Amino acid sequence: MQEHDTSWVRTEMALSQQAPAGVRGLGAWIRKNLIASTGDTILTIVGIVLVAMILPQIINWAFINAQWTGTDRTFCATVAQGGIQPDGWSGACWAFVNAKFGQFMFGRYPIDERWRPILVAVLFVVLLVPLLIPRVPRKGLNAILFFLVLPIVAFILLTGGVFGLLHVETPLWGGLLVTLSLSFVGIAVSLPIGIVLALGRRSKMPIVKTLCVVFIETVRGIPLITVLFMASVMLPLFLPAGVTFDKLLRALIGVSLFAAAYMAEVVRGGLQAIPKGQYEGADSLGLGYWQKMGLIVLPQALKLVIPGIVNTFIGMFKDTSLVYIIGMFDLLGVVKLHFSDANWATPQTARSGLVFAAFVFWLFCFGMSRYSMFTERRLDTSYKR
Amino acid sequence: MKHIAIGILGAAALGLVASAASAATLDDVKAKGFIQCGVSTGLAGFSAPDDKGDWQGIDADFCRAVAAAVFGDGTKVKFTPLSAKERFTALQSGEIDMLSRNTTWTINRDTALGLNFVGVTYYDGQGFMINAKKLPGVNSALQLSGAAVCVQSGTTTELNLADYFKANKMEYNPVVFEKLEEVNAAYDAGRCDVYTTDQSGLYGIRLTLGAPADHVVLPEIISKEPLGPAVRQGDDQWYHIVKWTYFALLQAEELGITKANIDEMKSSDSPEIKRVLGQEADTKIGTDLGVSNDWVVNIVKAVGNYGEMFERNVGSGSPLKIARGINALWTKGGLQYAPPIR
Repeated sequence: MQEHDTSWVRTEMALSQQAPAGVRGLGAWIRKNLIASTGDTILTIVGIVLVAMILPQIINWAFINAQWTGTDRTFCATVAQGGIQPDGWSGACWAFVNAKFGQFMFGRYPIDERWRPILVAVLFVVLLVPLLIPRVPRKGLNAILFFLVLPIVAFILLTGGVFGLLHVETPLWGGLLVTLSLSFVGIAVSLPIGIVLALGRRSKMPIVKTLCVVFIETVRGIPLITVLFMASVMLPLFLPAGVTFDKLLRALIGVSLFAAAYMAEVVRGGLQAIPKGQYEGADSLGLGYWQKMGLIVLPQALKLVIPGIVNTFIGMFKDTSLVYIIGMFDLLGVVKLHFSDANWATPQTARSGLVFAAFVFWLFCFGMSRYSMFTERRLDTSYKR
Repeated sequence: MKHIAIGILGAAALGLVASAASAATLDDVKAKGFIQCGVSTGLAGFSAPDDKGDWQGIDADFCRAVAAAVFGDGTKVKFTPLSAKERFTALQSGEIDMLSRNTTWTINRDTALGLNFVGVTYYDGQGFMINAKKLPGVNSALQLSGAAVCVQSGTTTELNLADYFKANKMEYNPVVFEKLEEVNAAYDAGRCDVYTTDQSGLYGIRLTLGAPADHVVLPEIISKEPLGPAVRQGDDQWYHIVKWTYFALLQAEELGITKANIDEMKSSDSPEIKRVLGQEADTKIGTDLGVSNDWVVNIVKAVGNYGEMFERNVGSGSPLKIARGINALWTKGGLQYAPPIR
């Protein structure tokens, strides 16, 4: 005899239905996001008015009125300024950026040798992209190529002097080449040093701890400008006559150590966030110090501080512009240097050049920021909100 | 990441470059095959890079002239852009062989700083530019009483301005900014009626204004800014080579020797031209100096004479259009004067 089924629970899923008309579609989105309350409505109107006032002017200046080609200042100057544009004209002088583009990218790197930085950049991208995409296999080989082989190849290609390559001194480097060299070396060097300093600062060994604290606090207490000035103005006076340190190398060391001190504090923040139980658990498993840190603590700590690490990277990327004051020309430095070319002196030149430099900086910083968000999401398994 | 090796290998491979700072600069320069010349980090007409990144301007051309005198080839020069703070250290430490960077000749720099200035390649001075629309009828700085003056702070320009107005019992309204760009923007926007800085700079700034024709550079110069190249103290031979390169440029202009007619001039009948160009029999003028006897020919072939250099970089042949003024030869009422080459 079959028992009477008294269950009142549904055995099959209800059919999914569309959301009510009032909460979907454009109208609902506007109601929810733009005019939900009186305050929202006022802000929306103010926002629209502001955009309507500013945006057309920007588009006009940057695209419609812009001068895209030209060989000298007359193309970007009005008749009254000694040029060909009608009086009252105001548009971006992309002709200036166009004419100086090679300079902005490579500085005074010899024109016939520019294939070398380009080749390095291509190799860099070809090796970096698979490293960044989690699905691509052979991460180990890729990492060896990227972190060990590529730096040597890049160094040989960029400076030359061997294998029949023309030697290109670093004073000739400039523009984006210098910006990227400084920031990539800075990033690659500062992270490991920063981790070691952070571990050292939390160490129970008095000498190690003191050294790390002194280094971090000293470097953090000095502005980067001062470090660079010391390196470029004071150092030559202390060295024996005739011995000069390569300027780029000086800046590289300064920037890397500087970033390392900041990185150390970011990593230490992560280390402090790891509960004591994790350390004790590792100890109870009989792991040694480096195993404990490498296998248990650091993977969790670094994951927590990805935003801070990327923040430091982005800060450093932009700080490289300070090498301008020691007579080296990063992207911004080269752009500003070329304002002094009388052949291009117009009211629009400086604006256009600075907008271009800002755009390039933004591209790189935005890229780093997006990738860090992606990594965070991928690694974030436990603290998700 | 890609240049991790620079940090490691750099010190060994390219870090410790031994450049010479010993007494005999000429020998060192000849050994390395080029002159390391300190220039500015960008000043229109004096030293500024063109579209290809080559340095152009009076100061850069002077470096080429010295290279031409030493090597017979004006391209054998490498430029080191230097900020105002670095320039003297770079020369003292031997990083550069000569400084050609719009530097004002003062007694302090000539003595205490261990430099030797070779001459004045450009007589500059602080001047005034006015907005003629806002100050109609003004044609002298003495009529500027009560004006609002845009000036960069922390410079000698600011002090000279105060002295000048005080000495002439005039009132003024300083509008002070930290950065040059800010001063330019403020002046262009009409925040002040008068702009003051070195006169050569005023012409460059005028090009970046919205309506250059409305702005007039007044004739008064209220400070002396003799700009010239400098070398390290303690090497007379090198000092003489750089100094006489400058005089040769002037002498060539005085004798009418130009880049275009140099080859005809070599066979000139004038004994003075022959002597200057090293075409006299048994001449020892060049070799006594430490260079070849046709050094003046090489200089003029590389950069032209002083007048050509001036017109090409800052004068009528350039967008700056600065008049020769006191930089004309002494024969034309200017201050440029060279001792005889004999």
